[in-house]
Amino acid sequence: MPAVTGIKDATAIVGIGQTSFAKHLPEDERTLACRAVLAALDDAGIAPGEVDALASYTMEETDEVELAKAVGFGDLTFFSKIGFGGGGSCATVAHLAAAIAAGQATVGVAWRSRKRGSGPRPWTNTAVQLPTPAQWTRPFGLLRPADEIAMLARRYLHEYGATRDHLFNVALACRNRANQNPAAVMYERPLTREMYMSSRWISEPLCLYDNCLETDGALACVIVSSERARDCRRAPVYVHSAAQGLPAQHHGMVNYWNDDPLTGPAWAAARHLWKHADITPSDVDVAQIYDAFTPLVPLSLEGYGFCGRGEGGAFTEGGALETGGRLPLNTGGGGLSEAYVHGFNLINEGVKQLRGTSTAQVPGAATCLVTAGEGVPTSALLLRN
Amino acid sequence: MLTPVTDADGAPFWRYAAQGELRVQACTDCGEPRFPPRPCCPHCQSFASEWRRMSGRGRIWSYVVPHPPLLPDYAAQAPYNVILVELAEAPRIRMVGNLVSGPGAPLNSLSPDRVRIGARVQVVFDGDGLPQWVLERP
Repeated sequence: MPAVTGIKDATAIVGIGQTSFAKHLPEDERTLACRAVLAALDDAGIAPGEVDALASYTMEETDEVELAKAVGFGDLTFFSKIGFGGGGSCATVAHLAAAIAAGQATVGVAWRSRKRGSGPRPWTNTAVQLPTPAQWTRPFGLLRPADEIAMLARRYLHEYGATRDHLFNVALACRNRANQNPAAVMYERPLTREMYMSSRWISEPLCLYDNCLETDGALACVIVSSERARDCRRAPVYVHSAAQGLPAQHHGMVNYWNDDPLTGPAWAAARHLWKHADITPSDVDVAQIYDAFTPLVPLSLEGYGFCGRGEGGAFTEGGALETGGRLPLNTGGGGLSEAYVHGFNLINEGVKQLRGTSTAQVPGAATCLVTAGEGVPTSALLLRN
Repeated sequence: MLTPVTDADGAPFWRYAAQGELRVQACTDCGEPRFPPRPCCPHCQSFASEWRRMSGRGRIWSYVVPHPPLLPDYAAQAPYNVILVELAEAPRIRMVGNLVSGPGAPLNSLSPDRVRIGARVQVVFDGDGLPQWVLERP
């Protein structure tokens, strides 16, 4: 028996694809999914008939059967769906990397197609069906993810002296990068501190600009073995390390019932991620950190080890998250300002950085951390070129 | 308004609440309280549990003030507070609720500037058996 070597650098992302992003796109989710997947395969120079593995989110509405049939995949030997909404993004790549490294498949496609911009919003629907865990939160008017995260944010600000200016630093870094990215929904919409501080509340202490965009769009990427990657059209971006994280006594986005609710799934994912990596947080050139809400960024900066407990707010000071800063962040604009497609745009942006093709390119970027939703069972990737 | 959708594990909580009692599930074998309710004890894996009566005293650990867009019933009362209460006897049990001016009062019955982290609160119950919280020193 050969020794188990794990997934370190065993696979690479060789193709990325996306549709346009907008508040309203006329095509349906299935059509958008097909377009993104075919764009990614074309980018890789791989024919659809070679695809034998798929991974997406459990919330993905286009299932494997429909996608495979529509775009003409070959026989599939591995398919996987990851739960917990935005926590699933990086795990789609991780599952394919593991399957390919283990010999269960050869060409994997991960994708996410979503019409959230023009689709229904559950909290405007009186006939909303409550899942039973919500019996402890929703009757009291803690209705939306923004409310659930705002509860943690208020405590975080109180406990560690972080301020709304720190949250603004996050929103601004994302918006500044979106202003450089013609594909971003907020491309021509600069943000100022005055706009941020005077904007309407969504759930105090979170205002409009602390919340991600509602977007229509789809993205996909193609994963193959590192050996196969050498023959592809594009330079490979290696999956150096990958992890999922569901910490002890966790309870979804209302993670209020463990010893320290401010220590979330990022911490669990980070322990595995770094343990299996040759690099440390100080070696990361650029980061794509899941930003459905601004407070997730300081929490994640702590969880993934870029700073100590309670230092995530202060870390954002002095332009640290901007181009040229200590840790350039969400260089396509992120969920806050490029598009909110459950974090999949962060994966593709990480690939663009390591190819040297980002619209906000970090010179010489060789390593990139990509994370999925903090607050829910999550996942993360370390990519390198 | 949304009413709790209970399951077998959670139903006793709501039955006691309807009687005006705040009780939490606790392990009969090792004594550890746990919340939300579930089939077995995460500390000792025992399936034996009991419902332990709490004093109903606690402190506000955090709070939010939601604004629309919200479900229509909630939008009509917005902005209102939602608080997270750490129970005096079991600080790791933090219950989501609302700080109100008195039993049965609406979600927005207390000005948001009366809500602060660390404030001592006491449980009360509205007419439908939903736990609510009032300031210990109004």
